[in-house]
Amino acid sequence: MKQLLILSGKGGTGKTTVAGALIKLSQARAYADCDVDAPNLHLSMAQTGEAERLDYYGMPKAQIDAERCIGCGQCKENCRFDAIISNKGYTIDPFSCEGCGVCEAVCPVDAVSMHPAVAGEQMLYRAASSVFSTAQLKMGSGTSGKLVTEVKKRMLSSLLPETELAIIDGSPGIGCPVIASMSGVSMVLIVAEPSISGVSDMERILHTAEIFHTSTCVCVNKADVNYELTKQIERFCEEKQIPFVGTIPYDPQAVTAINNGKTIVEMDCPSGRAVREIYTETMRLLQVQAGGIEA
Amino acid sequence: MKIAIPMNEQSLDADVCPSFGRAPYFLFYNSVTEEAYYLDNAAVASQGGAGIRAAQVIADHGVKALLAPRCGENAAEVLSKAEVFVYHSIPGTARQNIEAHLNNQLPLINEFHAGFHGHEKK
Amino acid sequence: MKKSNLTIAVLSGKGGTGKTLVSVNFAAAAESAVYLDCDVEEPNGHFFFKPEITSEETVSAKIPLIDLDQCNGCRKCVDFCKFNALAFIKNKPVLFKDICHSCGGCVLFCPQKAISEEEKVVGKIQSGMSGQVCVHTGCLNTGEASGIPIIKELLKKSAAETTLPVFIDCPPGSACIVMESIKDADYCILVAEPTVFGVHNLKMVCDLVEVFHKPHGVILNKCLETENPAEEFCKEHHVHILDRIPFDSKLGTLNSNAKIAVRENDRYRELFSALLNTVIEEANHEAVADPQR
Repeated sequence: MKQLLILSGKGGTGKTTVAGALIKLSQARAYADCDVDAPNLHLSMAQTGEAERLDYYGMPKAQIDAERCIGCGQCKENCRFDAIISNKGYTIDPFSCEGCGVCEAVCPVDAVSMHPAVAGEQMLYRAASSVFSTAQLKMGSGTSGKLVTEVKKRMLSSLLPETELAIIDGSPGIGCPVIASMSGVSMVLIVAEPSISGVSDMERILHTAEIFHTSTCVCVNKADVNYELTKQIERFCEEKQIPFVGTIPYDPQAVTAINNGKTIVEMDCPSGRAVREIYTETMRLLQVQAGGIEA
Repeated sequence: MKIAIPMNEQSLDADVCPSFGRAPYFLFYNSVTEEAYYLDNAAVASQGGAGIRAAQVIADHGVKALLAPRCGENAAEVLSKAEVFVYHSIPGTARQNIEAHLNNQLPLINEFHAGFHGHEKK
Repeated sequence: MKKSNLTIAVLSGKGGTGKTLVSVNFAAAAESAVYLDCDVEEPNGHFFFKPEITSEETVSAKIPLIDLDQCNGCRKCVDFCKFNALAFIKNKPVLFKDICHSCGGCVLFCPQKAISEEEKVVGKIQSGMSGQVCVHTGCLNTGEASGIPIIKELLKKSAAETTLPVFIDCPPGSACIVMESIKDADYCILVAEPTVFGVHNLKMVCDLVEVFHKPHGVILNKCLETENPAEEFCKEHHVHILDRIPFDSKLGTLNSNAKIAVRENDRYRELFSALLNTVIEEANHEAVADPQR
């Protein structure tokens, strides 16, 4: 089974729009949304059944038992995260608490204890011909490679028989959640945007993928916003021998499709037509890679 | 000699787990007595530093050889200081890997990936 | 310190909606202003301002330094660490600096007092001028645990400023680092794009600013003729809409070339100046309405 991961570096380039289209075109029997801070894929991939939900636990959070507290302030004095508020007694700011346990250990009267804290929720949707794994982090949580790993694991352990392709919508950035999503992936498709910031972030994500020896290919979305930069990206890929799989024009009809809960290939529009070519080329690369032949 | 392998299931005929730090179980196998036992991997619950925690468990159990498909650089540091050798496992079951290792067929891993430590990203 | 200026944070939830477009152009429209780039993982404001760098300071966090001669191998530090930053090998603790969250626990609880602290550089702040805008850019070193120490240092700059308006370009999302960025803001601008993807994330940042009781308003960016789910969301949830910026491919191109629209073209200067005035009026109105702030 092959796994295709969609990344971007910069946020807002169109990862989820492209991922949704590729899932529809390939009829992938498994897909996942690893952008756990701001998951959006479910908005384009209508699900028929109810999700199987699982709580996700992050770092534990401290709690102060007001009855036991003697107001000595040792906890606040030793808290490095400004997570203890003194206002007619001592309480914990759950958004700042990092679960280090210093307050619990330092309290002379055992008034502080650490409690498991739900930091998000995982959802798994099963249908006759697909499984979809996603998750949502709660506001204020620390994003974690752990939750991304869980989302992927859940998809992989719920696979339907004869699943040949899994498509994963990744998260923006180059940090740990992105690195966690790369494990075991056959190929990364980078959706770049033709802007100075976009090019800079694309180069950083390519570098990250390189460190992990992951095959990559690149496409440019909203290419007509800046033809010069699109050309620059194409030349960059040629120099680095990274397959350039196509461009997609800026398309207001894409917005209409997305806002109607559809992917861009479910209506006849310029971006939908363009992404079909990207799909064909990406699939060809995946086959070539699987066959071990030079592209 | 004691061998450790990350596993998804508690069976010698199950496949080796693709992840080391977040494998649900570790198999510990004594090549002399041919005894095997499994431990839940406590590192699974970790937000970050799972590889380090997992490597600590391996080191604490007197393992000489870890057979795994991959290993992070932080875990590798713990293991190398603890004098545990890390070998590149082959696709297949634990049993197949143990046999391959005892026949000196598994290479040492010499490339380690960067940490997956989960922290605030955005 | 008596302040006569406003500190305005610009956030979005979703990436790519126009946070940097708005914060950079507002600072430029105000002419004399302070701009803080708190998106420390991927700061972009400097591409636009191209400031003349006048200073650079490193930002550090504290990490443990273990005196192995004093250490008796009791392992308490390793067992205490909730972040797995310490391992115990061959009777010695080994520190993994990148994983350490600087909580200070191991230092406090070592029975032999064998652990002290040293500084570890986690990032830097570059400061410079672009016209009359004072630009402070926060950069987190790749692989570091948290950008919060850098945000804290950046916010000291805004706290020190009492006359010029301060514009904070926040990180995307709604994680702890975003919360840290808005702590000192007098007013929060949420930038939204007209897609259901944007609305989903807009809701999270609305919740976030409400938890912190921050007066806030929405700028609807890239508006098209078609229905705008972000606008509908604001109306349904009684979230104040400050104004709309229509989709404009010229503006998009300027932005993609990292040009500050306000400095390129009078029309955009007028657009953003008018928009800024709307925001300032609204922010001052909110401040009067809630004098405790």
